[in-house]
This record gives sequence, structure tokens and C-alpha cells, in this order.
Amino acid sequence: MAEKMMRPPKLAIGPVAWMRQNLFSSWHNSLLTIVVGYLVITNVAPLFNWLFFEATFRGDEPSDCTGAGACWLFINERLNFFIYGFYPDELQWRVDVMFGLLAVSFLPQFIERFPGRKWFGIFGLTGLPLIGIFLVPGGSFGLEIVQSSKWGGLMLTLILAYIGILASLPIGIVLALGRRSEMPIIRGICVVFIEVWRAVPLITVLFMASVMLPLFLPEGMNFEKLMRALIGITLWQSAYMAEVIRGGLQAIPRGQYEAADALGLGYWKKTGLIILPQALKMVIPGIVNTFISLFKDTTLVLIIGLFDILGTVQSTITDPAWQNVAIEGYVFVAFCFWIFCFGISRYSQNLERKLDTGHKT
Amino acid sequence: MKKQTTDSRPSGPKPWYDPRIRALFFQIVAIALVFWGGWTLVDNTLTNMQSRGISTGFGFLEETAGFGIIMSLVPYDATMTYGRTFVVGLMNTLLVSAMGIVTATILGFIIGVARLSSNWLVAKLALVYIEVIRNIPLLLQIFFWYFAVLGSLPSPRQSVEVAGSLFLNNRGLYLPEPIPQEGFGLVWGSILVAIVAVVGLSKWAKKRQLATGEIFPTFRVGLAIVVVLPVLAYLAAGSPMTWDMPALKGFNFGGGITIIPELAALWVALSLYTASFIAEIVRSGILSVSKGQTEAAKALGLPNGRILRLVVIPQAMRVIIPPLTSQYLNLTKNSSLATAIGYPDLVAVFMGTTLNQTGQAVEVVAITMAVYLTISLLISLFMNIYNRAVAIKER
Repeated sequence: MAEKMMRPPKLAIGPVAWMRQNLFSSWHNSLLTIVVGYLVITNVAPLFNWLFFEATFRGDEPSDCTGAGACWLFINERLNFFIYGFYPDELQWRVDVMFGLLAVSFLPQFIERFPGRKWFGIFGLTGLPLIGIFLVPGGSFGLEIVQSSKWGGLMLTLILAYIGILASLPIGIVLALGRRSEMPIIRGICVVFIEVWRAVPLITVLFMASVMLPLFLPEGMNFEKLMRALIGITLWQSAYMAEVIRGGLQAIPRGQYEAADALGLGYWKKTGLIILPQALKMVIPGIVNTFISLFKDTTLVLIIGLFDILGTVQSTITDPAWQNVAIEGYVFVAFCFWIFCFGISRYSQNLERKLDTGHKT
Repeated sequence: MKKQTTDSRPSGPKPWYDPRIRALFFQIVAIALVFWGGWTLVDNTLTNMQSRGISTGFGFLEETAGFGIIMSLVPYDATMTYGRTFVVGLMNTLLVSAMGIVTATILGFIIGVARLSSNWLVAKLALVYIEVIRNIPLLLQIFFWYFAVLGSLPSPRQSVEVAGSLFLNNRGLYLPEPIPQEGFGLVWGSILVAIVAVVGLSKWAKKRQLATGEIFPTFRVGLAIVVVLPVLAYLAAGSPMTWDMPALKGFNFGGGITIIPELAALWVALSLYTASFIAEIVRSGILSVSKGQTEAAKALGLPNGRILRLVVIPQAMRVIIPPLTSQYLNLTKNSSLATAIGYPDLVAVFMGTTLNQTGQAVEVVAITMAVYLTISLLISLFMNIYNRAVAIKER
């Protein structure tokens, strides 16, 4: 019974079969593939030409941009402004240190087996902002003061997003607990706060912060523009955060509360030791999504006259010395945001998979 | 969260350990704090406004505005009141939101379905679209469309022209405007008749299906009635419609419908951005319908189209509608970014120019926020009603 060794038919495995299955499974699928494929190829090739092959990377002056493609020279020339805003050149090392610490705190989070990466993360949430408060504005330890009106660019974007998230998380937790409280008046106050902030656009909140906050404060007390924007962003964002956390609180089975009660734990111990750790873990993806949307929304501060990264680029692309660099500027900013947002969202998906302890069905 | 009531014990705990008394105490403190905070704010505001000489009250709404607005749906000129500028801004906000919601929904559904396509190329293309668009700030996308794309269009004299009636240049998109003539009432009447006929037809078809099990192609016949009847009426009335064509007069176009570039950029950016979120919602909705449902329907011998229409989509909609509502709300709120490119929406006209001219920050901000609050509550109210209508009926 000599059985002939037969290779699987060529049309069942390999690239040809893959294409038959995924691209040409039926006549209308084939048509779709050909039409879409044609459109992709005819559009992607010029795009790459513009981005890389015909683009200008080297040179010193606007006149060096002679190629048909993008003029990356413009970005290169203005990079300092895009990253630091008006921060004095000789003091930029202070911002660089913060960038470095930020990278040290969070890059290890992407590497699965990095030793003690939890501690790097905890440092990022506690020590890093503490150092930043002294280092970036200066004023103590013999550091020269840099007014917040001189901050700008990517650094301002990161500061806004970072402080926004750090401040809105605890406020959001308190609001979420308040909304789940059994005390009707506390619950009512929290519901009204959350629903009102969530219903209005961030722009109106920023306008309010910049126009009305000075009116609200007692005479003689005033905040800088950046501080006012931060207050507005934090209030607005904490309402969103509260709803995310409320979702987590609602997902905790009743038995957990009852077990804590049976152990005789008081409200704060029950909440702090049993409910919140589980709830927060469950909604990490939601928290991260809120963070991503906050990160993108920080661009709105340019409307009230702060120079975040989009603001710095927007203010330079009209420079008459450079012709038609608008698209290059926008592509650059889009790329910066995309790297951060895409990276964070991928990280959150990883975390979700790892922390999945079987709560979800 | 059960109360751990211990107050029934005979000896009785100390009053500050009684949860009910504690709750009362905390609530009184909370009320006191809110009132104290509110009173301080009002007091500070009044003092500040007095010392800066800002007037209060809503009297400014009656004053003459004295500034022009580049686009308004209701008649407006600079001699009208601030109350009128509010209406103009509100209408413009509603217009761009409605336009955006329609296009974002259509685009989002197409991309969401494309993401699930068995065609690898189409599915990956949809994925790339979603991942790129939703990770880039909306404001940047609005700037891109406004400054980089529309800003680089030719001047009116070198307009891009389509069939001699549609012009595109850096001042906007110009379309012919239909103007109904005498006798057009017949067409409106026929549309009404067609709608009544279709409603009657669908009732009759459902009754017949329940009685005999035979399915009548209601949708196709209904569509035919809705299209054919008005067209016949239009022809019978002697084509009572003229078109106001845009034409180059001097340096700019006159006549026709103008879509200003600010509106176009905002509309395109809002639609593309929101569509990327809606696409993911649609995908997760469709994926949430278990495969067994499709297989069961197949086993019953239903054709593919009917499986989709009667089994899959109704169940997917239950998952889709609540997050879709949030996206509609987001789109409406995001339309306020208009102020960055100068589209005269509520925020730009009212919170921007009007506030600057009158200086009455408190009233203007309060009105604007109240408007958005109302819009948000209305959208969620309608969507909740719809949501309840499609929810699973459980006993």
C-alpha cells in the first residue's frame, strides 16, 4: 500500500490561494479589488513622491526648496519654536530634562519584561509633575523665572494634557462616587455638575474660563491665561472622567459591596480597598480613551490665544518668506499627534487584554 | 450599597456613628458649601462688574449690532439687533450640525461595513482611514481643509466649472438655486398623496402577509410611487420651476446658492472625523450579533438580504444607537470649532463678536451654554425615545 506523498494543491495554500480567498472570491469582489486597488495605487504613489522622494530635506533657506515635493526644511528651521514656543534658548535644558523624565517613566510601560516598570509609572504620576512644578517655571532653587506666557509648542501641549489628566482623575472619582451615593442632595449636585459640563462644548468652557473667571474671583486675585485654561479643561474633563468611572462602579457585582459590609468595613475603607481598585482596573481603556480625546482637545487653547503645537505652526505658516508650507506644517502636527494617540491607544488595548480577569462575558 | 444599620441595638450607638445622622450632616454641609460658593461667585462678579462699569441685564439684546455676518439663513444686516445676531448664529450652528450628522452617518455606516468586508483590500483601507483620522485633532483637520485645501483653490475668475452651472473657487461653491413657479403647489400635493398612498400600501401589505404569508415588495413599489407621482405632477403642471444660475458679475459670483468655504471646510472635517468614530460603533454593533442568529435565519431559508434586514440590523441597532447618540452630540458640540476659521456659528457670532462689543460676558456665556445644554438634552431625548422603540421587549 505505497501511498504517494502528495503536496497540498497549489491553489489551497500560498499567496495565490490567499489572493483568491481575500481579493477575488467572487466576480463582484474581483471588480471591487481592481477598482479600489487602482485608486490606491494612483493616489499613494504621488503621495509618497510628495512626502519623500521629491521632498527637500537639506538646505538653509526658503529658496533651497526647489523640489516638487514637500519642503521639510521649513519644519527643520522652525523645530525649536514648534517644540518650546518662546521658551528662552539657554534655559531649554530644563524642558529637555522633563521630556527625558517623561520618556523614562512611560517608555518602559511598552516593554513587557522591563524590571520594575510599575515604579517608573508611579514616578511618572507623582514625582514627575512635582519636579516639573519647580523646573519648568523656575523661580526657586536659583532657577531663572520663565513666565507661562513664554511657554508654547509641543511642551505646552504636553503640560496641558498631563495636568489636565492628573487633576481630572481624582475629581472624576469623587464625582462618580457622589453620583452613586445614597444621599439625594449630594447625588443631585454631582448629577447637575456632570451633565452641565458634558453638554457644553469645550470652546465655551475655555471662553468662560478666559472671560468670566476673572469676574468670579475676589478683587486683587488673578490667574494667568494658562492657569485659567487649565481650570476650564480640568472641570470639563472631570465630568467625562466621572462618567467613565461610574461605568466601572456599576459593573462591580453587588456581592462585593455586601461582602465588604459583612466584614464591617466603613464606607471609605470599603470604597478605597475593595470597590475602587476593581472599578478603576475595569475602566482603564475608558480612562485612556478620555485621555486621548483630552490630548487632541488641548489644541483648542489656540482659540483663546495660547500657543500649543498647532498654534505655533498655525502662526508660522503664513510667513511670507516661505511659500505654501501650510500642508507641510499640518502634516507635521498631525504626525506628532498621531504618534502619541496611536501609541497610547495600542498600549491601552494591550493593557485591556492583560487585565482581562474574566469579568466580561 | 446597603446601609449598615446598627441603630436598632438596645444600647444605641453614639449619634455620630449613626449613618442616617451622618448622611444628613454631610448633605447639610454640601448644601452650605454650594450656597456659600454660589453666593461668593455672585458677590464677586457683581462687585467686579460694578468696579469695571459693566452693565447687567438682557437689555443689550434690543440694541443695534452694527456688524456684518458673512452668512445667514434669515435676513440680516448690520442695522439689526444683537437678538437677531443670536438667531443667525444659532441657525448656522444647527445647519452645519444637521448637515454633518447626515453625511457622517452615511459615511460612517459605509466605512464600518467596509471594515468587515471579506475583501482584504477594502477592509484594510477602512482600517487605515479610521486609525489615521480619529487620532488627529479635529481642529487641525478643519484648518487643513480650510487653509490648505480650499485656500489653494483658484480665484473666482479661474473657477473650476462643472457643466456650466456649478462653480468652485476660493470664495466658495456656487450651485444653481431652484425657484418654484406658479403651479408648483400641484407637485407638493402629489408628494403628499404619494406618502399617504405608501403608508396605506404598507399597512395593506402587512395585513396580507399576516393573513396569507405572501410578501409584497413594499419598498420597491413604494419608492416607485414616491418618485413617479411627483414627476408626473411636475410634467403635468408644465415644469413650473426655474433655476437661478450663478454667474460671474465683476469680481465675484452672484445668484444661486453659495456654500461659503468656511461652511464647506467645517462640514467636510466634521463629517470625516465623526465618521471614523461611527464606523467603529457600526462595526462593533454588527459583530455583537451572534453568528447563530444568521445561521438560524439561513436554516429557515431566508435569503441574504432579508437576513440582514430582518435579523442582523435590528439587533445591531440596539448596540449602535446609544453610542451613536453620543457621536451626534459630539458633532454638534464640535461644530463650535467654527469660530477658529470664522464660520459664523453661535460661538463665533454671539460669544465672539457680540460679547466683545457689549462686554456682557456673564449674560452671553450663560445664553450660549444654555443653548448647547438644550440642544444636547433634546438630541438625547429623541434618541432615547427611538432607543426605547427598538429595545428588546422583555416580559
